[in-house]
Amino acid sequence: MSEFKCGPGDWVEVEYVLLEPFERAAGLPEDTAAQPLRAWVKGFALAGGMIGDEIEVETHSGRHVRGHLSAIAPGYTHTFGTPPAEIAGIGRDARARVTAYRAKGEADGASLGEPPLPNGPEAGE
Amino acid sequence: MARKRVSSVTTRYEAVMASKGEIMKRALGMDYAEFERSPIAFDYEGMMSAHGYSLDDIRRIQRAAGVGGTPLLELRNITDLVRSYAEPGLGARIFVKDEAANMAGSFKDRRASMSIHVAADKGFAGVIAATSGNYGAAVASQAARAGLACIICQETFDSRHVGQPEIVEKSRICEAFGAEVVQMSVGPELFFHMLELLGATGYLSASLYSPFGVSGIESLGAELAEEMTALTGAPPTHVVVTHAGGGNTTGTARGLKRAGATSTQIVSASVDLSGLHMASDTDFNRKSFTTGHTGFGVPFATWPDRADVPRNAARALRYMDRYLTVSQGEVFYVTEALSKLEGLERGPSGNTAMAAAMSLARDLPSDATVVVQETEYTGAGKHHWSQLAFARAQGVEVRAGDPAESVPGKSIVIPERPEQIRAKESDLGRMRRSYIRNALAHAPERYEPTPEDVVFLAEDTNSTPAIVEEMIAFTRV
Repeated sequence: MSEFKCGPGDWVEVEYVLLEPFERAAGLPEDTAAQPLRAWVKGFALAGGMIGDEIEVETHSGRHVRGHLSAIAPGYTHTFGTPPAEIAGIGRDARARVTAYRAKGEADGASLGEPPLPNGPEAGE
Repeated sequence: MARKRVSSVTTRYEAVMASKGEIMKRALGMDYAEFERSPIAFDYEGMMSAHGYSLDDIRRIQRAAGVGGTPLLELRNITDLVRSYAEPGLGARIFVKDEAANMAGSFKDRRASMSIHVAADKGFAGVIAATSGNYGAAVASQAARAGLACIICQETFDSRHVGQPEIVEKSRICEAFGAEVVQMSVGPELFFHMLELLGATGYLSASLYSPFGVSGIESLGAELAEEMTALTGAPPTHVVVTHAGGGNTTGTARGLKRAGATSTQIVSASVDLSGLHMASDTDFNRKSFTTGHTGFGVPFATWPDRADVPRNAARALRYMDRYLTVSQGEVFYVTEALSKLEGLERGPSGNTAMAAAMSLARDLPSDATVVVQETEYTGAGKHHWSQLAFARAQGVEVRAGDPAESVPGKSIVIPERPEQIRAKESDLGRMRRSYIRNALAHAPERYEPTPEDVVFLAEDTNSTPAIVEEMIAFTRV
């Protein structure tokens, strides 16, 4: 197995065309209608081949699918991204607001002069 | 440029579509024909109960499948954030049902557990579902537990083979659970290939819109009613539901009613993606939300039977009391705030209802209770940071400002302050009229609706026969 060549039993991806542009459904937007409907599926190679070769794979469900070898040991590279500047301050600002709101509530409560509890701490101990 | 069609030659697409009825009859696991009453009406409740599972049965099946019983959390910090700018006396208590705690990370496990139960019960060797959403992960996870084969058909890439990171992540998780994922380029013919695969494999079509799938969400509504009553002494005054195909609204509302919460207001919410064409190769990667948006929410509410089943069990207009839309930027703001204020890092799509709930709660009295009925998992690809990085790379402008200025596909405007989060109210009357126009258009030409049809349309639009008569007359002017 290399980046360009797989052997039988390797986990690979094949690509194939499901519908050529002239076979596609009516009523599609023009940009979509101009393209073939393509598909990609992963499976165990049933024979060796080079990238671009037509080979057959056995998928997880056990189907045998023919297509052009498009990737060998296909992985995933999507990430968490980086913190966008527009997002970075949201937590800090929201926490500050909640803190200020609660402090104001307590201050308002005190100035209203809440009645002491009948058996408050002072009376009890 | 117009495409040339050779009308005398039947294409592979047309041949497969012509055998749709035959393939689906075997693949659906039930016969829908017995519920048809006329070219317009069908027996909805009869169809919903034909599977024979009571709510208790469903809960038993789901418990055995490791699904449901998720935590209900009060969001005191989010509530106080809203109260910090609400008028005095306003600012409802906000709660969330943490559905991300389900095995595959979303409420979709409730649907999938029922589909897989039916598949196993009826002796199918595998299941097939067409979905770009969390439902694929849920079906794959449940199929793995049940030892069934699973194929997920997913619209993944544009014609350049570029995939939205959220969709790519959903491919990954399906494969992680042992599903075969057929990744496709943009186009509604996804359904054609699903039919081909159903025909070739003999598997069950685990449609999102089957009666058993939608019934599976009723347990969520029932849990909300029971848990809120235990926590606050009463069912919630409002439940906010992220709305796409309609199953979430339908199942949740039905479950609430079954549990006796008949006065709870059902508020559906979607991300506004108006102006973007869902079948367009170029628009495909100009949206940051792959579900919970108006591109599904409006067409499915106004014509539910566009689904991959003869009659859709998800009929949102029956149940929604209000329909709110929010912008992508507002949901991203709320996703970040939820994480920082409540220690809940969850996926953006599920937070659509959270953004709408913050806007709603601001205008409600402080003793009202607003429940956001789901969250979804997040992670690489689904995370709002990666969504925004991808949007920028596609040429979408991302900036801070007033979210009311955002234009789907062109700009994402992140609120600078939480009071800028303002959901927009959709006109349900207009959506009801649109539904009735669609129902009439799908009946044979010159078909005259009978009094029974009028009653059905009134039920299907949560309206009255008199209003339906008026709408029919209006439609025919």
